[in-house]
Amino acid sequence: MYTIVVGGGKVGYYLTKSLLEEGHEVLVIEKDPRKCDRVIDELGANALLGDGCEASTMTEAGMGRADVVIAVTGDDEDNLVVCQVAKHKFNVPRTIARINNPKNEKIFRKLGIDVTVSSTEVILSQIEQVIPAQSLVHLLTLRSVGVSFIELEIPPDSPAIGRPLRELGIPDDCILPLVIREGKEAIIPYGSTVLQPRDQVIAVTYETGVGTIRRILCG
Amino acid sequence: MRVVILGCGRVGAYLARMLVAEGHQVTVIDKNSAAFTRLGPDFPGNLVVGTGIDEDVLRRAGIEQADAFVAVTNGDNTNVMAAQVAREIFGIPRVICRIYDPLREEIYRSLGLETICPTLWGANRIKEMLEG
Repeated sequence: MYTIVVGGGKVGYYLTKSLLEEGHEVLVIEKDPRKCDRVIDELGANALLGDGCEASTMTEAGMGRADVVIAVTGDDEDNLVVCQVAKHKFNVPRTIARINNPKNEKIFRKLGIDVTVSSTEVILSQIEQVIPAQSLVHLLTLRSVGVSFIELEIPPDSPAIGRPLRELGIPDDCILPLVIREGKEAIIPYGSTVLQPRDQVIAVTYETGVGTIRRILCG
Repeated sequence: MRVVILGCGRVGAYLARMLVAEGHQVTVIDKNSAAFTRLGPDFPGNLVVGTGIDEDVLRRAGIEQADAFVAVTNGDNTNVMAAQVAREIFGIPRVICRIYDPLREEIYRSLGLETICPTLWGANRIKEMLEG
């Protein structure tokens, strides 16, 4: 499999190292000559000095025959452009972008990037498991399948109050099987159910979606 | 017309002043507040400090009520991303995006962005002048 990694910083370096160990053909594009040399000298990898957003650099890198392009620079806008140009000009079948601002995940998905990886979001979700913040409790995490059961308390200023669940933009891969009202009434919610302040909500979601559902329900 | 301009360089500032003079409501975003001095001391529009590819910054600039969005920072990729956020996320009817790199401009124009490439335009114009 021919993989092109754009960005030869720390993430790009270790990613390339792992991919090479797994026997993939990897080319790194990096515009800083020192970082570029480091990849060549230390990893023995192919590296191309240049701007990975430039179509001429991409052509030189053989973008047209790449199976995967992974953009891991420190700038979200550069990663977006790398993936979009790879996809639309070179027909690369799979594009993966690193994102720094977790809110860009939604935007990147909408703009056609196949996979996004947010280190900020990963660290956040780890912190949330250790210190339940904003009235969120992890009830159970099924690690092998990456699914979390969480419990949230709806704060009085939540943006979710007063609107039916179906209008809140809850992702399809997240379900809310149970709402407990005033500690005594159990409600199996429908799309038309309207949440109230201090409702206890049980949610089942992929681990990557915990931040999203917390934002939707707790603000 | 309510216009949000991203990037307060020479072009952004000049455009902002022209639009304001014609009575339009203008908000200018730049990540560096010192850039706003280009607008002059009595600029009546709104100023927002922040990076234009951040949804929250765009919201603060009132993008949800804007009729038009113009991306003219010195970074092609920043302009491309901000323009797409304005169009796809906020549904702004008129979005104009400056891209210096002619190849990237061609790609994004074919993807439906309304783009301007000063490099191509300038080179063509100079060529015409030489030949004329």
